[in-house]
Amino acid sequence: MTDANISPSLPLIAVRRLIKQFGRFAALRGVTADFDAGKFHVILGDNGAGKTTLLRALAGLAHPTRGTISILGKNPQAACREIGYMAHSSLLYDEMSGMENLRYFARLYDIAGDERCEYVIRSVALDPKLSRPVGKYSQGMRQRISLARAILHDPQILLLDEPFSNVDINSARDIVSLLKAMRDSGKTIFLVTHQASLLQGAGDEFIWMQTGQIVDRTSDLLRDGMRGEGT
Amino acid sequence: MSSIRSITAATLVKDIRLEWRSRDAINSMLFFSLLVVVIFSFSFDPNAEESRQIAGGLIWVAFLFAAVVALNQTWARELRNQVLDAYRVSPAPASALFIAKALGNFILVSLLEALMAPLFVIFYNLRALGPAWQLIPVAILGTWALVVNGTFFAAMSIRTRSREIMLPLLLFPISIPAVQSMVEATRVILTGDASARFWIVLLLTYDVVFTTACLALFDTILQAE
Repeated sequence: MTDANISPSLPLIAVRRLIKQFGRFAALRGVTADFDAGKFHVILGDNGAGKTTLLRALAGLAHPTRGTISILGKNPQAACREIGYMAHSSLLYDEMSGMENLRYFARLYDIAGDERCEYVIRSVALDPKLSRPVGKYSQGMRQRISLARAILHDPQILLLDEPFSNVDINSARDIVSLLKAMRDSGKTIFLVTHQASLLQGAGDEFIWMQTGQIVDRTSDLLRDGMRGEGT
Repeated sequence: MSSIRSITAATLVKDIRLEWRSRDAINSMLFFSLLVVVIFSFSFDPNAEESRQIAGGLIWVAFLFAAVVALNQTWARELRNQVLDAYRVSPAPASALFIAKALGNFILVSLLEALMAPLFVIFYNLRALGPAWQLIPVAILGTWALVVNGTFFAAMSIRTRSREIMLPLLLFPISIPAVQSMVEATRVILTGDASARFWIVLLLTYDVVFTTACLALFDTILQAE
């Protein structure tokens, strides 16, 4: 089901016949889909299904081999101020503290002063005064500060790749609560995960990917009674 | 414009801070240059006149090889944790990143030159017979020539598997005109044989051409997968 749920109104994101090849390997094979604003989209699938590649394509990091992506009517690079991206890696300098990292990334978005940096660090339940370098943070703290970097410029769209990996269950639940609050405030969230059960009741839509294609889109985690935890 | 300037400044300060905390590049460069000075001074025993003839080549080749260490480090720290992707998804211009990296490398290599030059003078008993002040524009223009191409080609080779070999392979051939200008300018200043003006103008032209080309092409390099 690649032409799924096309909205009659203008979608926030429109993906058309998206193909991404790495040499001879096609990571995405003709993905076509529309995504509405203000929804929490959870992308699920086995390893190699194309989840991360789709997220990177939406972020403008993977250029389509063929096909198009339109975000608010623009290409991903032109819409970069509206996109917050959190990758599997932290995208942070290990030798600098959380605040130093955020201060630097704030400059890239023309954000002056420390107020916004302090606000986002507090919003992920960390202390802005923490002087330890990020390399010495626990994995959970690193994921939180990584999320803080992604939301620093208050983007409309959040793209999150495996935000719960190596995070304890309580920290993961905290992150889910934060994301729900962000969705409720009108943000659109795309989250790739293998821990789908954490998002039961939080996700608005579950997007199932297989061999580079979207094979199903459901409003519930259970799909034909076939899948669940660990997918 | 103010955005480019402030992003360049922020990136430069960040890079200097990271280098200050790790001292990865400067320590390796200093150690390498020191080895070159000491080993060559024991290997050859030139008189003052011979020293003036060979010192230009010796000094600049040592700095070129040492600079490669810093150039590789520049981008290596952007690859750790894929931090470069955070820059790529931001609206910050590619040129600001390139200028900051080139300036950072320029500061590092200039610092190395300032520390090593007195050692070269002592070990090789150097005394300029020509206008010694002309060594300053030669050093500034020559160092910029090395780092601007080095920064560009290091960025180009970061995603290759054997990037530490790839960088010299790409950088050294294209640096031949600049290195020749630096060596000849230094030689004529030390020996007092002729004017270094031609070589300084050649270096300046090289710098303008390659800085423009690198700035124009860097966005393509940054966005390459």
